[in-house]
Amino acid sequence: MTEIFGKPLPVIMGQLLIGLINGSFYALLSLGLAVIFGLLNIINFTHGAQYMMGAFAAYFLLNKLGLNYWWAFAIAPLIVGATGVVIERLMLSRLYKLDHLYGLLLTFGIALIIQGAFRHEFGSAGLPYSIPEELSGGNNLGFMFLPKYRAWVIVASLGVCIATWFIIERTRLGAYLRAATENPAMVQSFGINVPRMITLTYGFGVALAGLAGVMAAPIYQVNPLMGADTIIVVFAVVVIGGMGSIMGAVVTGFGLGVIEGLTKVFYPEASNTVIFVIMAIVLMFRPQGLFGSR
Amino acid sequence: MADQYKPHASRDDAAEARYDRRAFLVMMALFLVAPAVVYPVFVMKALCFALFACAFNLLLGFGGLLSFGHSMFLGMAGYASAHAAKVWGLPPEFAILAGAAAATLLGVPTGLLAIRRQGIYFAMITLALAQMVFFFCLQVPFTGGEDGIQSVPRGHFVGFLDLRNMTVLYYVVLAIFTAGFLLIYRIIHSPFGQVLKAIRENEPRATSLGYRTEHYKLAAFVLSAGLAGLAGATKAIVFQLASLTDVHWTMSGEVVLMTLLGGMGTIFGPVVGAFAIITMENYLAELGSWFTITQGAIFVVCVLAFRRGLIGELEAWLRRRRAG
Repeated sequence: MTEIFGKPLPVIMGQLLIGLINGSFYALLSLGLAVIFGLLNIINFTHGAQYMMGAFAAYFLLNKLGLNYWWAFAIAPLIVGATGVVIERLMLSRLYKLDHLYGLLLTFGIALIIQGAFRHEFGSAGLPYSIPEELSGGNNLGFMFLPKYRAWVIVASLGVCIATWFIIERTRLGAYLRAATENPAMVQSFGINVPRMITLTYGFGVALAGLAGVMAAPIYQVNPLMGADTIIVVFAVVVIGGMGSIMGAVVTGFGLGVIEGLTKVFYPEASNTVIFVIMAIVLMFRPQGLFGSR
Repeated sequence: MADQYKPHASRDDAAEARYDRRAFLVMMALFLVAPAVVYPVFVMKALCFALFACAFNLLLGFGGLLSFGHSMFLGMAGYASAHAAKVWGLPPEFAILAGAAAATLLGVPTGLLAIRRQGIYFAMITLALAQMVFFFCLQVPFTGGEDGIQSVPRGHFVGFLDLRNMTVLYYVVLAIFTAGFLLIYRIIHSPFGQVLKAIRENEPRATSLGYRTEHYKLAAFVLSAGLAGLAGATKAIVFQLASLTDVHWTMSGEVVLMTLLGGMGTIFGPVVGAFAIITMENYLAELGSWFTITQGAIFVVCVLAFRRGLIGELEAWLRRRRAG
């Protein structure tokens, strides 16, 4: 059997794949955080809870309405995004004139409420969600076994990330968005409804979290606390990448997922902490983040 | 106590100092008689958290730095003091000092990293560093993993105060709290504290006046870490237990909530907030997820409608009354 540094190749490839999967979620989640931060200047602490809501939405669409994974893929992000719009309109919009830390505290509180409510309803045990039929099974690539669903997650996540990049960097709507990030008052004076844009941006960022939740549902179990620890890792990812660029968020997300996966092979004790260690090192040498600008 | 540092203390400052002194006396009177009325272990728990929240408030309320990782200082100090008392067999006063020292030492590298960014990033970095410490505590053998360090001996404080006696233990804990509280009051009202407030209000201005703001922020961070450690170490001796609960991020959230509810940047707010949250926890703990929901709801209400907190609102009302 082929070995690299004394580890069998299929083991390395297997962890690399898991790393890419985790990286897909890191990328989607940090992308949503970056989009929201760009315009609203707040860090959305509710992001982990909204990721969890996406998974639950998929679960309910399947079990209550009989709508399969593909419907959930389209509808669940809209549902989660809609709850985000309500949160923004009712609460976040009152805080824009205050210190940004209040936005962090508010979204932290909302996350506690949502996670507490789901835990109260569904307990801490996970609910199963099966892989859609079309994507079950896998292919033997010779050096490793590649489950179809996992390949789909990586491709879909990359696709969504690139589409988001395209919308923001290459379309008229994206141009408005970037302009409003630079100078909201000026954009408003050109007759663009900036408050509505802010609301929709928050909804969009949250919908990305919901979409990540749908994709995660068949891989991890649907669990009220599935986003609670993930969001802390995603914060570290965001600090490492810096929130300046869309591509930066995507590259950092996938890259760190892979590094985490490889750490599991070569030094499993550190696999939980490696991302935080990298954060510490990046802070020492490039405090603005790899892709950030001062 | 407060007027000696300012040569031109205005009448308003004198009034504030008088108010602080009166409030302090009322607080101490309440704490001295409390064990006659309330279960002493409950008050001791609240006192430890009150000191923890005061230490946190030193950083947030007076330095303007929101740390979302203060659980690492509470928890690590707890482990260090429990280890010192149980494995090394140190007397409780040295065990507590060992805990506070451990938290102070942990505060130096984490503080150096965290102050490299400001605002929201500062909060995210401290949260991530605390999560790293959490996983560290989960894996290294000396913390006892999921079990924690149990049945930590209380021993004799400074040789002759037997801490197995509940009354003695209570007054020792009260003395530690009071010492920590007064130290924080002293720091806030020292020239150092004034510079810290200046940095909170306008950092570029403070820099332009010649202050090395990083040094002040780091000093505030380390002081806050050490005092949070003092609280955690005392808590470990009182409950004879150091566990993962104290290092978990939920604990960081709880101390933010205590400070927010009581009043950020007020002297007595964190104490009131800590007692309010611990009382609530006492009644809601069995309901598990309801406690989390209530905590979240208090966060939301405080941020949307009640940003000055209980003591902040009270002080604002007193000030209005004095003026009008």
